[in-house]
Amino acid sequence: MRNNRLAKWLISGPPLLYLLLFFAIPSAIMAFAAFRFPGDYGGLLPLMNVNPDTGKTELLINAGNYADFLTLENFTRFFQEPVFFELFLKSFWYAGLTTVICLALAYPLAWLIARSPKKHRDLLVLMVILPFWSNFLIRVYSWMIILGPQGYFAKSINAVLGVIGIGPVQLLFSHFAVILVLVYVHLPFMVLPLYANLEKHDMNLLDAAQDLGANAWQRFWRITWPLSLPGVWAGAALVFIPALGMFAVPDLVGGTDGIMIGNLIKQQFLDSRDWPFGSVLSIMLTLAVLMLAGLATLIGRGGKRNAL
Amino acid sequence: MALLEIRDVVKTFGDFTAVNHVSLSVEAGEFFTLLGPSGCGKTTLLRMLAGFEQPDSGQILLDGQNVAGVPPEKRPVHTVFQSYALFPHMTVAQNIAFPLKMAKVSQADIKARVDEVLDDVRLTQFATRFPHELSGGQRQRVAIARALVNRPRLLLLDEPLSALDAKLREDMQIELINLQKEVGITFVYVTHDQGEALALSHRIAVMNKGEVAQLDVPETIYSYPNSRFVADFIGQCNLLDATVVGIDDGKMKLEIEGVGIAEALPVPGAKVGDKGTLTLRPEKIRLGATLPAGDGHEVHFKGKVHDCLFLGDVTIYIVELDNGTLVETMLPNAASGRARFFDDNDQVELAWRFDAGHFVLA
Repeated sequence: MRNNRLAKWLISGPPLLYLLLFFAIPSAIMAFAAFRFPGDYGGLLPLMNVNPDTGKTELLINAGNYADFLTLENFTRFFQEPVFFELFLKSFWYAGLTTVICLALAYPLAWLIARSPKKHRDLLVLMVILPFWSNFLIRVYSWMIILGPQGYFAKSINAVLGVIGIGPVQLLFSHFAVILVLVYVHLPFMVLPLYANLEKHDMNLLDAAQDLGANAWQRFWRITWPLSLPGVWAGAALVFIPALGMFAVPDLVGGTDGIMIGNLIKQQFLDSRDWPFGSVLSIMLTLAVLMLAGLATLIGRGGKRNAL
Repeated sequence: MALLEIRDVVKTFGDFTAVNHVSLSVEAGEFFTLLGPSGCGKTTLLRMLAGFEQPDSGQILLDGQNVAGVPPEKRPVHTVFQSYALFPHMTVAQNIAFPLKMAKVSQADIKARVDEVLDDVRLTQFATRFPHELSGGQRQRVAIARALVNRPRLLLLDEPLSALDAKLREDMQIELINLQKEVGITFVYVTHDQGEALALSHRIAVMNKGEVAQLDVPETIYSYPNSRFVADFIGQCNLLDATVVGIDDGKMKLEIEGVGIAEALPVPGAKVGDKGTLTLRPEKIRLGATLPAGDGHEVHFKGKVHDCLFLGDVTIYIVELDNGTLVETMLPNAASGRARFFDDNDQVELAWRFDAGHFVLA
């Protein structure tokens, strides 16, 4: 028994330690930072200082007087200015739209791979993850060339639009470009969990459904789709959450109007150097995602056992 | 008019002929069994009845209508799959309601009919369980209930009991017979288990290599197999190579080489000089240290015990005849405390009535 417990700790210890050091502790530091004052030259207002005369470290604040170093004003600012809320909404909309489009594109693809002969499947999956072999930024930059006004893609689209009397439209630096590249970047993350799920489906169930009177659409909607929901949720989480916090894509292809909440957070930490407010934005984003996940769980849990 | 008529159906997969010119008909209300070893074409035939495969040639008529080209979802035929194929994300009641929903039955009727069929298969208290929360036998009953609930013209059962253990299988056999009587739906049952086929069926089609080898009621199939294959496949059977040496008034004389002459019932088409097999069930042979002549057991041979197998209710004795042929016989262990009447190498005598064996040509 003791050996067993030792083995458990040896196996789970390193990842736990890693998560503690690089996730739990930084999150706690950030949560604390959200309640602190910004420093005079950016960052955080120091809590302690090295006295140049004595060379000793001394606390600048009085532990009894919390108001000296803790404040709610960063949160007040977030809730008072609607621009932040609007940016939240916009980011959720972008991430949500990205997720839905990824799902619509990935589902048929994953289904086809799962139904193709076994010997071809590995190759097809390899092709799905092939883009990962080149650098993320290079892939986004190549979209800038494709969508740019000198690119053949934009030129041909505008040529077609010109014939029917519309345009020319600007593709790069637009909402369209942001969604397009977000979908491109995240698509494999939707395909893989869906494929992993669909590949395991028991084909006998579809035969049984057909035998019992279900047509092709009913077989999909009543059998395949509900059984694939775990894959759908996994894929949706893998796409939605990174897409929500994405700043590189809107930075590069979104122009001035295309920014998302990730850009603002990055701006707070790197450009404005307002760490407390950047922390507030980060925390609010995390809370919003958690609430959304909680809501999804509640909806999914509804009492289906007694339904007929 | 027969409910189901299969006319000269052929189905090939590449070079392999799965079903080869099969014709048979099934009457309404019948419990009909397709019996055969794996690869004999019985499952392919079943899949053609369900609509999952199309015959290359020949016709399948249901109620006199050719069902060629009718997809499975449009046929009044339901299947109980070997793996049950219960929908794992639906409760027992939802599984059973599925075919009713597909048939657009009203919600109120669905409720009533699901309750009724749950009662038929004694699963009422399990209505809200999911399949993974059921035992094998319960899953089996759900699969049958689901296939029966909207009263198909024909219920196809594809080795439905093969996943159950022996004891449960026996219980389910009795349940199946009762259920079939109760609902009155025609069953077409596929199995490779001859015991199951004999116990359940009104009629059996024994299949071999894509063809129907014999089609008859269980008693006839068992007692009068029409070929060496059927005799061997159904139950335990002794197969003695024999040659016809004489036919006269209701009896046929067979020479079993190196052993002697055995008498048997004449077989249509057999003539002197024909070679064939005398098929003989173990339970029809008398066995004793010495057997008196003239007690109605006309066929009489000597041998020695080669092996004994104690089975509990009976003991099997394998007796070696003079020509080295091994014959299986059995004695019931009815007397208390006595389960072994002979030992290996004991000299014994065998006897059977002239009509106990059944001769099949070649």
